[in-house]
Amino acid sequence: MKALMFGWEFPPHILGGLGTASYGLTRGMAQQEDMEITFVIPRPWGDEDQSFLKIIGANNTPIVWRDVSWEKAQARLGKYMDPKEYFHLRDHIYADFSYMHTNDLGCMEFSGRYPNNILEETNNYSIVAGVIARSYPFDVIHAHDWLTYPAGLHARSVTGKPLVIHVHATEFDRSRGKPNPIVYGIEKNGMDNCDHIICVSNLTRKTVIENYHQPSWKVTTVHNAVDPLSPEIEAIERQSGLPDKVATFLGRITMQKGPEFFVDAATQVIRKTDHIRFVMAGSGDMMDQMIQLVADRGIAHKFHFTGFLRGKQVYEMLKSSDVYVMPSVSEPFGISPLEAMQCGVPSIISYQSGCSEILHNVIKIDYWDVDAMADAIYSICTYPAMAEHLRIEGKKEVDNIKWEDAGLKIRRIYDSLM
Amino acid sequence: MKNICFYFQIHQPFRLKRYRFFNIGRDHYYFDDYANEEILQQIAARSYVPANRMLLDLINQYKGKFKVAFSISGVALEQMEIFAPEVIDGFRELAKTGHVEFLTETYAHSLASLFDPEEFRNQVQQHAERIEMLFGMKPTVLRNTELIYSDEIAEQVYDMGYTKMITEGAKHVLGWKSPNYVYHAATRPGLKLLLKNSRFSDDITYRFSNYSWHEYPLTADKFIAWIAATPPEEELINLFMNYETLGNLQPAHTGIFEFFKALPRFAFENGIGFTTPGEALDSHEAIDSMLVPNTISWSDEERDVSAWLGNKLQQSALKSLYEVGERVRLCTDRRLKQDWIYLQSSDHFYYMSTKHFGSGQSQFSPYMSPYDAFNNYMNVLSDFIARVRAQYPDTVDNEELNALLTIIHNQEMEIKRLQSELKTVIGTNEELLVEKGKGKTTQKEK
Repeated sequence: MKALMFGWEFPPHILGGLGTASYGLTRGMAQQEDMEITFVIPRPWGDEDQSFLKIIGANNTPIVWRDVSWEKAQARLGKYMDPKEYFHLRDHIYADFSYMHTNDLGCMEFSGRYPNNILEETNNYSIVAGVIARSYPFDVIHAHDWLTYPAGLHARSVTGKPLVIHVHATEFDRSRGKPNPIVYGIEKNGMDNCDHIICVSNLTRKTVIENYHQPSWKVTTVHNAVDPLSPEIEAIERQSGLPDKVATFLGRITMQKGPEFFVDAATQVIRKTDHIRFVMAGSGDMMDQMIQLVADRGIAHKFHFTGFLRGKQVYEMLKSSDVYVMPSVSEPFGISPLEAMQCGVPSIISYQSGCSEILHNVIKIDYWDVDAMADAIYSICTYPAMAEHLRIEGKKEVDNIKWEDAGLKIRRIYDSLM
Repeated sequence: MKNICFYFQIHQPFRLKRYRFFNIGRDHYYFDDYANEEILQQIAARSYVPANRMLLDLINQYKGKFKVAFSISGVALEQMEIFAPEVIDGFRELAKTGHVEFLTETYAHSLASLFDPEEFRNQVQQHAERIEMLFGMKPTVLRNTELIYSDEIAEQVYDMGYTKMITEGAKHVLGWKSPNYVYHAATRPGLKLLLKNSRFSDDITYRFSNYSWHEYPLTADKFIAWIAATPPEEELINLFMNYETLGNLQPAHTGIFEFFKALPRFAFENGIGFTTPGEALDSHEAIDSMLVPNTISWSDEERDVSAWLGNKLQQSALKSLYEVGERVRLCTDRRLKQDWIYLQSSDHFYYMSTKHFGSGQSQFSPYMSPYDAFNNYMNVLSDFIARVRAQYPDTVDNEELNALLTIIHNQEMEIKRLQSELKTVIGTNEELLVEKGKGKTTQKEK
């Protein structure tokens, strides 16, 4: 079985959960012996792990024929791919795109991020998809999130192969229910014209069925999983020098993640106790507002902001925490509580997050129930048995959630489309 | 002659209200009156009241040949008195017939027997007194919470002066032996044991209305025929169950009441009689001893105590609770003592069980998750412990405190004793004075 996947991020250079999920998922699927995956991303950095799949950069794929020597291709693209691939792709240019802005290799530029002209970039991405789809044989197309739906649809119309779209998030989650009509349009179009839809949780599945009017038989839930921690990360030790307990919010500080509820809960706890500190790690468009709120509440002496954390810093933060809190208002899945549990950190998550469907050894609250959140934080920091039980049972539980199993479920969906 | 021995358990805990940590130190009322009232009245209407009426009819109809036994926890009795006094009246009427036996147990339906022998003894005594006061009969048979039993508990029970007890006929303890005989405790041969027949009890409690059971529907004549088919030398069939089986666990529409009404007729036709635990234990000799080094109960497939003690949460909550036991017993504050009883109900710990994750939460739990249950209970317990601590200074340890309290308690008697001593001293002195005076006057007269 050969799968052509369209994604937007791939580790180690990631901006959000999509990259992590893409990596885990493809790695889990690669465990199946006959599975070959070609993964397209807008802009590879050259240090991606390609041991179990082939990565093709949209910015390295020519759409205009240029006379390029082997040496030049080798010098320019050797870091990312075999130059042979370049010439192979060049042989499949299907239309005259010379009016587009291209470089000396006949390729378009991609930022690989989420820039302001993102709609233009998704459109360019689907032009490239036409070349890639014609160049390689494959049995199924798999597109991750709305940015890649047009590319997936294009590949489908060129080759007639079945298209599976993977919904990691919907516009309804990102906008707290006020979707951008253009994005909604792209999502709806993708869903209407694909062959199957995979959602990361039943919550998302419900949104897809109700808000995108999809028939329920076409939509399947495949919950995300989590990769085991590397020994290097396992070895990280707690860093806090204070005897105080630490409750942590870690993620983008945006409306979707419900940071203000965390601040409210912190206010309740700080007023009543003096052995618990709060950390809000990450950055986002509501960060300034949160700093203001913390100051207004008069809890700044116990409430800390770290700014954006990357790579290992995330785990250092987690390992130094006593409680992890994810009060997301609407979270399609939410992989970070699973990571916290891997680090042995008791977690509090909202019922409105998809991962609450599969996790048992966590405390679940409604995101707006600030009292319950405060109570749960207090409880974990005060009653050792609670922390101990959640730590041990939580780790045991999360160690059994494997990408391999998610991969098998996806494989069954592929098989049903053949 | 074969005899069926029915015993029904009745218990309702005082469920806790939502108690957040910011209530600690401010709010000392812990119970969810609304939920407790609603649940008790609902169960009373569905089960207790109609079941009482039915049993009374049967006893009158068969002129005392039909008998049953009850064990009603103290906290359940208190709730009935508050929310459904008609149920108590029903039990009183049953008691008046003279063919109903009441067993004694821990007042709070607690796990004290596993943690705090002194508390266990106190609660059994408290419960026995309560039963005698309400129903005019002194219980002679002891039933521990959820039929929890072990050799150690047997010792405690026997040392309290009880010689009759009932427990579970757990397969892993009995092995090939039959539960249909009387046994005695291995460690205290004077303590006779009556064992639950799990198969026949569970046929009624769990399988009665199960459509997928191959014996469905269970009728009275079929059931009695099974019992009659047991070996003739096995004379006791002990059917122990929750009273809610009648009407609540098995709703009226399943035909459970009709089943019970028909049972005695078929039983008598087959020469099977009815008895109560006390009578059965008096009239039968123990045929063998029962050795139970590991604690058993009537709960779950494992028949052990893992439903209340299975995880860290439960263990830690129970430990924190019983750590203050000694101190509470030194206190005299009545509300504190009452809360102490209510907080001991085993149900609070049952709600914290993580045994059944995945297969759906316990249908009895008012909480969304075991963590929620633990959290709420610990908040309440924190407040309770703070109240206990506030009674006497922390710096005085229990032994010293006990000595001081004894002095205070005895001060009146001591004062009286000293006063009377003083009086005698003064008296003798006066006498001496008088005598002296007399001596003087006589001298003067001379």
